[in-house]
Amino acid sequence: MAENIAITWRRIPERYMLEGSSCSTCNTKYFPLRKLCPKCRRKGKLERMRFSGEGEIYSFSQINSAPAGLELQAPYILAIIKLKEGPKLTAQIVEASEKDVKIGDKVDQVFRAIRTDEPEGLIHYGYKFRKI
Amino acid sequence: MSTASGIVGYGTYVPRFRIKPEEIARIWGEEPERIRKGLGLEEKSVPDLDEDAATMAVEASKNALKMSQIDAEKIGAVYIGSESHPYAVKPTATIVAQALGATPEMTAADLEFACKAGTAAIQIGMGLVSSNMAEYVLAAGADTSQGRPGDALEYSAGAGAASFLIGRQKSQFVAELEGTYSFTTDTPDFWRRQHAHFPSHGGRFTGAPAYFRHVLGATQGLFEKYGYTASDFDYFVFHQPNGKFPLEAARKLGIDTKKVMAGLMTPKIGNTYSGASIIGLCSVLDVAKPGQKILLTSFGSGAGSDSFVINTTDLLPEARKRVVHNLAWYVNRKTYLDYGLYVKHRRKLKSL
Repeated sequence: MAENIAITWRRIPERYMLEGSSCSTCNTKYFPLRKLCPKCRRKGKLERMRFSGEGEIYSFSQINSAPAGLELQAPYILAIIKLKEGPKLTAQIVEASEKDVKIGDKVDQVFRAIRTDEPEGLIHYGYKFRKI
Repeated sequence: MSTASGIVGYGTYVPRFRIKPEEIARIWGEEPERIRKGLGLEEKSVPDLDEDAATMAVEASKNALKMSQIDAEKIGAVYIGSESHPYAVKPTATIVAQALGATPEMTAADLEFACKAGTAAIQIGMGLVSSNMAEYVLAAGADTSQGRPGDALEYSAGAGAASFLIGRQKSQFVAELEGTYSFTTDTPDFWRRQHAHFPSHGGRFTGAPAYFRHVLGATQGLFEKYGYTASDFDYFVFHQPNGKFPLEAARKLGIDTKKVMAGLMTPKIGNTYSGASIIGLCSVLDVAKPGQKILLTSFGSGAGSDSFVINTTDLLPEARKRVVHNLAWYVNRKTYLDYGLYVKHRRKLKSL
C-alpha cells in the first residue's frame, strides 16, 4: 500500500537528515521530533537538532518474512540502533546478514530508498545503517 | 578564465557488490578471456536493491562536504548528472540537496549527457562560482546503468558516483580548475529511448567516430587553447567505457600510458557512466602530490567531450586525511554475486 504523500513529505527532515528534538531545559535528545518534553512538561523547551548518524546496535533480528514491498530484500537485518546522542530508533542494517552483526557493533547512517510504491508511485528515501 | 574556480572538496561512492566477467560469460556462452583481455575488465560493481543515482550521489557528496568542512547551507546550486535518474520526471538534485541539508536557499537541476553529465555539472559550477552567482556549487555524476542481458555492455555497466564541491576562494582549493574546453557534435553512437529499459548502441561505431574523435578533439583543443603539450601533465584521466579505450586514446596522443593508470578505475568497478571519468579523477587526486597537473577528458555518447586542466594545491594532502571513506575503501570492500543474484539486484526479470 502506498504511503500518503503528505506523511512522506512531513517526515523528510527526519528521514533524510535525522532531524529530532533536544530539550534545552534538561538536555534530553529525542528522535523523532517531539513537541513536548515528557520530563520537563511545560518547563521544557524543545529545539530542532540533527543527529550525527553514529550509533551502535542495541538489538537486532533477521527478517525472513518481509512485509509487502520489501520481499526482494529478505532476508535482511532490522535493528534497534542506539544513537551516540542517546535516543534509539529502528532501522535496517545494509550489506549484512545475521552472521555479520552483533549487539554493540558500531554503525553509521546511510541514505537509501526505504520503500518504493511500484510500479508508478513515489520512491521513499530515508535512513538505514551500515557497520563501520 | 579571469576569475578562479576550484575543487574545495571531492568524494566518491561505489556499491559493495561485484560480478566477474567469467560469471556473465558463463551464462551467455562467451569466452571470458576475450572479455577480460579484449575489454580490459576484471570485475564490475553492482548496486544494492535500495540504491540508485540519488542515494549514491548523497554518499559521495557527504564525503566531499566532509573534506571541504563547509556548511551545506552555503551551497548555492546542486547539479546531478546521470543517465539513470530514479525518476523520469522529478529531480534527483532536490533529493540530494535535501539529504545534505543544503535546501532551501539554492537552485538545483538534473543533467543528462550519457557518460559526461558529471563533467557538464562541473563546468556549470565553474561558471556560477566564477561569475559570483554562487559561493559554492555541488556537482556530481552518478549512475546505476544497465546493459542488455547478453550484450557487450553487460560486462562493463557498473555503478558509482563522484561529487565535487566547487568554490571560488583560492585559499580553499584542493585543486584549481584552471581551464576547460569542450568538443561536441551530434553523433548517434549510443541511446536509450523513453520507457526503454536497456540502451542500444552502434557496436564498432562507438569507437572511431564517437569516443576517439571527441576525446582526442577535446584534449587537443585544450592543449591549443591553453598552450600546453602532453609533457606538461603528470596525470591523464580519460573517460573509460572499458579498460582499453583510454589507453588507446593515450597512445594516439603520444602519452606515456603510465600516466593514465592512476586514474583507470573501470577494470575494477566497471564503467560507472556519469561517474566514470570523475571517479578516475578522484582516484588521481587521492595519490597526487601538491603542484601537479592533471588533464581530465570525459566523453558522453551523443556525443561530446569536456576537457579540463586541473592543478593540485598544497591543501590536498591534509584534505584527503579528513575522508575515511575514500575511493580505495569503497573499491576494496566487496561481495561477489553470481548471475542469479545479479539478475535480482538489477531487476532484470520482468516479474521483478
